[in-house]
Amino acid sequence: MARAAQTDYEIVAREDFSDATYLLEVRHPLMARAARPGQFVIVMAQPHGERIPLTLADFDRRKGTVTLVVQAVGKTTREMQQSCHVGSALHALAGPMGVPSHVNGAAKVLCVGGGLGVAPMFPQARAHKEAGATVIGVVGFRSRELVFWEDKFRGVCDELILCTNDGSAGLRGLVTDGVRLALEKHPDLAEAVVIGPPVMMKACAEATRPRGIKTVVSVNPIMVDGTGMCGGCRVKVGGRVRFACVDGPDFDGHQVDFDDLMARLARFVPEERRALERWSESCRAKEPAPLEETLELPDPFEEVHGG
Amino acid sequence: MASAAKKKTVRTIPQLRAAMPEQDAGQRSRNFAEVACGYRLEDALHEAERCLFCPDPACVAGCPVSIDIPGFIRRISAKDFRGAYDVITATNLLPAICGRVCPQESQCEGVCPVGETLEPVAIGRLERWVGDKAIAEGWSSAPHIEPNGFKVGIVGSGPAGMACAADMAKAGCEVTVYEAFQEPGGVLKYGIPDFRLPNAVIDAEIENLRRLGVNFECNTLVGRLFTLEQMRDEMGYDAVFVGTGAGYPSMMGIPGESLNGVLSANELLTRCNLMRAREFPQYDTPVPVGRRVAVIGSGNTAMDALRVCLRLGAEKVHCIYRRSRAESPARAEELHHAEEEGVEFHWLTNPVEILGDAEGGRAGNVKGMRCVRMALGEPDESGRRRPLPVAGSEFEFPADVVVFAIGTNANPIIGQTSKIRLDKRGYIETDAELATSMAGVFAGGDIVTGAATVIEAMGAGRKAARGIKRYLGLDPESASPERLFGIPVSEKNFARIRAL
Ligand SMILES: Cc1cc2nc3c(=O)[nH]c(=O)nc-3n(C[C@H](O)[C@H](O)[C@H](O)COP(=O)(O)OP(=O)(O)OC[C@H]3O[C@@H](n4cnc5c(N)ncnc54)[C@H](O)[C@@H]3O)c2cc1C
Ligand SMILES: Cc1cc2nc3c(=O)[nH]c(=O)nc-3n(C[C@H](O)[C@H](O)[C@H](O)COP(=O)(O)OP(=O)(O)OC[C@H]3O[C@@H](n4cnc5c(N)ncnc54)[C@H](O)[C@@H]3O)c2cc1C
Ligand code: SF4
Ligand code: FES
Repeated sequence: MARAAQTDYEIVAREDFSDATYLLEVRHPLMARAARPGQFVIVMAQPHGERIPLTLADFDRRKGTVTLVVQAVGKTTREMQQSCHVGSALHALAGPMGVPSHVNGAAKVLCVGGGLGVAPMFPQARAHKEAGATVIGVVGFRSRELVFWEDKFRGVCDELILCTNDGSAGLRGLVTDGVRLALEKHPDLAEAVVIGPPVMMKACAEATRPRGIKTVVSVNPIMVDGTGMCGGCRVKVGGRVRFACVDGPDFDGHQVDFDDLMARLARFVPEERRALERWSESCRAKEPAPLEETLELPDPFEEVHGG
Repeated sequence: MASAAKKKTVRTIPQLRAAMPEQDAGQRSRNFAEVACGYRLEDALHEAERCLFCPDPACVAGCPVSIDIPGFIRRISAKDFRGAYDVITATNLLPAICGRVCPQESQCEGVCPVGETLEPVAIGRLERWVGDKAIAEGWSSAPHIEPNGFKVGIVGSGPAGMACAADMAKAGCEVTVYEAFQEPGGVLKYGIPDFRLPNAVIDAEIENLRRLGVNFECNTLVGRLFTLEQMRDEMGYDAVFVGTGAGYPSMMGIPGESLNGVLSANELLTRCNLMRAREFPQYDTPVPVGRRVAVIGSGNTAMDALRVCLRLGAEKVHCIYRRSRAESPARAEELHHAEEEGVEFHWLTNPVEILGDAEGGRAGNVKGMRCVRMALGEPDESGRRRPLPVAGSEFEFPADVVVFAIGTNANPIIGQTSKIRLDKRGYIETDAELATSMAGVFAGGDIVTGAATVIEAMGAGRKAARGIKRYLGLDPESASPERLFGIPVSEKNFARIRAL
């Protein structure tokens, strides 16, 4: 087996899905081997950078690579959008982190991804498919141009409900509308897996609750180490405090206190804004950057879709 | 011997301890430069004169790793500084670190007989002076190393892992240290701030390990990237040492803990020290900067959090502790420095609730603390008098950041990902030689004892190294055990051992 010597996290492929969403494929043979659905990594793009958590959207054991799909929402993710090219390398890449998702061979599983959660849903859907489940997928985007990986999802889902906010592709509406449709069509759903903005996960968990369908969500609090050492990622689940990085990130969606999660995601809003403004200015100083119209930060309290 | 002829007594030695040159309190509480600047040569020589060279030295017995203290002080007196370094590093590999952070007042200095009438010999400061001199001169304790073909893997790069790595490298093993963070050092790097332990000192000690041939692999979360079993069975490690520290910070479970502005000391310190949030936005990581900060707890971690908040620019910094000053577990020097720097201490006080801004909209922020006064009752199991709330003594004060520094629990990752036996609280179980339930795997430091001290973690790393040497048959004094769990060791058939 290859030695663990891995100091150069080289980017071997990149694909841009839209103005804001991009895919990075990074060489890390050991991680590709160890990765399981539901796990995430911590990335530092450069030595002065922040440690940011990103879900493993795919991994290829033969090629020895892992795939990240990133949405440019703030300083770090936008800077990576500019600086990460094929042939360049990340400063740090640690993981896989978190408890792998429990794929227990349920007969019919609903896999729901919206916003940041579309790509992270893929390995889970595939794992359920491989475990023999009938997989019903629901993925949401803002509009047709922002849709990505439709083929990949169709490849692992027995049925895929594609939603767009403006109706330019698939069902017109929010992810939660797609979920309601799936619930009506499939009274025999045994389990639901939901990844996306907290407000979306909350709405989906509320939709499955009356039917008593086991619903797993993947929470995304702010993290630092990802190893259980700082407590920054703490979430309330069933009244107990749990650390998402080592006790999760998957939890029972009917037990998670989403309001608490959303409030805690706003911890650093002024600082995030300052970092982004400072960075955008420095970009503009170098060259006229096309960032102005996107300077507005996403709001974790609104259901945002991919793109 | 010449020195024995003129026997020193408490009356003949210099009466006053050499003072430690320090940054002025007003100035230093606003910067991150080191508080204690270190002895100059004349201070060290003066202080060395104060040692009585006791024939049966109490200090050595008081030292967790039994440094030959009179031995190294004697060499300082004789101006054989390299000799002093060699005496210390025969037992303590990290003098520049331990000299700065050991609780000397409850170890060597606490039992020094000079302390019965005068201030005890400043052993820690002398140790630090020797360690700093070694860094400045580029000395290292690297002996001639004969490679022996054994591979040893170390999990965690804190003091326990560093000490074990050094001993195994010196014994001739090929040593790799795996660290989850992007830089090695453990709590020394992410927890203890620069004004107490500059990063340059830690980096110098890590560099010494590299010179011994130790290989560091950062960004490696053992358990998740590969397991302990894989290290042993697939990656070719003949022995593994686990020194992953305690980590997992505790909260109290009082109302208001999820308000924005409430965080653990570990989070505050990691953001500030390792991620350099104090230089935000030059560095990307932010840290909540409070105007009025309340820190709960009174150990070293609490002192560090209090003093970091002052340096980040807080106007008022409160320390809340349910026992009295006498019971505070912090190093005496840190407590003293915190008082000098203007920390406001509330002894015999316990938090009841963290208050939020109710109408602040959706993201609740901290706006104050409600506390209750405590009185000391009967002694509890720890022998300390148990604090009990005083009825009707509740009071409130404004705060915008609240930091918990009330201790940590065992990190769960190694337990989640291996079959290693844990105790009831989740710490790794070991025998007296620090061997775990997994053949070939040893453990030590905070992950075995719970949160303790740097020197104890280092001592555990060295003790485990002795155990590993015996296990690998590298210890000339005691032959290696021939059978482990009923299987001949020469077989190295761990799969069989595990199957048992
Ligand atoms: C376990 C986990 C898995 C994740 N997986 C992915 C992924 O696969 N792809 C991806 O693009 N992002 C993912 N995220 C979110 C990602 O970590 C954040 O978007 C990123 O840290 C933002 O950094 P920034 O400096 O660019 O933006 P910042 O300036 O830090 O933040 C800008 C805005 O982004 C939002 N934000 C910040 N942190 C988070 C967060 N942790 N979760 C959600 N929104 C946040 C907030 O609204 C904030 O105001 C994941 C988060 C977690 C905890
Ligand atoms: C803020 C603070 C101040 C302190 N001040 C003092 C003091 O003044 N004097 C004193 O004597 N003691 C002090 N202590 C206590 C002392 O630092 C600890 O007892 C000591 O560092 C424990 O050493 P360790 O090697 O066991 O673990 P640590 O120093 O905790 O190191 C463990 C390392 O292992 C890494 N790790 C964990 N899990 C994994 C994994 N699965 N894979 C890879 N790597 C992993 C961690 O990232 C960490 O770097 C302080 C502690 C803190 C938190
Ligand atoms: S106990 Fe004090 S006086 Fe005696 S040898 Fe140790 S340091 Fe010197
Ligand atoms: S991110 Fe620090 S404990 Fe989870």
